Amino acid sequence: MIRWLLLILGGALLGGIVHLATVILLPRTATQDAYARLTPVAPVNTVVALPAPTPEKAIMPFMDPAFASAICRYDLSQGPLKLSVPVSPAYTSVSFYTRNDVAYYAINDHAAGRRVIELDLMTTAQHDQLPEDEEITAADRLIVESPTTTGLIAIRALAPEPGLMRAAQAAINGSRCGTAQPEPAPTPQPPPRPRR
Amino acid sequence: MRLLLGTLFGLAVAAVVGLGLTYLSLTRNTAFGGLSIESWTAWPKSGTTDADPYARASIARSGRLPTAMGDGVSFTLRSDDEGKHLDGRCEVVISGITPVARFWTLTLYNPDGALVANSTNRYGFTSQEIVRRSDGSFDIVVAPRATAGNWLPTGGVDRYELILRLYDTAVGVATKAGREVPMPEVTTRACP
Repeated sequence: MIRWLLLILGGALLGGIVHLATVILLPRTATQDAYARLTPVAPVNTVVALPAPTPEKAIMPFMDPAFASAICRYDLSQGPLKLSVPVSPAYTSVSFYTRNDVAYYAINDHAAGRRVIELDLMTTAQHDQLPEDEEITAADRLIVESPTTTGLIAIRALAPEPGLMRAAQAAINGSRCGTAQPEPAPTPQPPPRPRR
Repeated sequence: MRLLLGTLFGLAVAAVVGLGLTYLSLTRNTAFGGLSIESWTAWPKSGTTDADPYARASIARSGRLPTAMGDGVSFTLRSDDEGKHLDGRCEVVISGITPVARFWTLTLYNPDGALVANSTNRYGFTSQEIVRRSDGSFDIVVAPRATAGNWLPTGGVDRYELILRLYDTAVGVATKAGREVPMPEVTTRACP
């Protein structure tokens, strides 16, 4: 009798370890997370408009139907990414997610304070390689550091009334993301890594 | 033989307990640091890199992208103020005011996160669409049949949840329930 009680107790303790291990490992093994759902429709380093969610079909659960949205699935292994998003009349936000769908940064049109939200996305290593003078001349550009090499950028514009959905979509369609082009007047410096 | 049987039994208990706990914790939304105001609950930390392992696992499992801090905060409502779960066959009234935000949206989903089909193709309201009283408060009637005023159709489903998303708001990780964050009251009125 005691033997079985001990077995149950031991099993429960081991079960606790199993529970913690599965919770921690789940994000890395999930095959239906947002990144996996978006991979087939979103080519890398391009802005793709997402279809509005309907009761029959939505690319992700819990999408806000009042928003026009687009995704840029990024890969920084070829170099930093430049993102520009024109601001819509009502409310525009840009949210950054890691490969495992953790939000690490978001900015909205008011916080950006201009007509176009412009920023550079790079890994910490790429940020460290930026020559300092370039950082000064580029002081008005916002630099965001990505904790992972790949991830998602969600670009969203609110249509406060259904009639304004067109305008929101137009703003979204004007946004661009892509690997940084070589500067027109390159500063002499050892090239840190080949650029495409 | 007894040793083998005992080991197998212990391992079976471990598997059931471990996987069962994981399943329960991920389907019941048990992330830490929830901000509960009346019947509404938000997990502001889930939209940051401080998200705990439970929040991360539940996000990965559901396939959604969480509302990022700096964009806004999402409050989920699953039951009315008396603790009765939201029933799409009843008339539920959401009344009052919301915390200060530049915009908000209220959207009705089934428990899987899909929009609910209805004849008017209305899935929610934005803060600009609703009709308000002169003091700024509003009533939204969530019901299967059309009513006057702000009517949000349920499509007659038996269970649903409402998500109130505040955009560009000061409500966040540091917020405590109190007078600065007034959430609307939720009452079930007529139930068949």
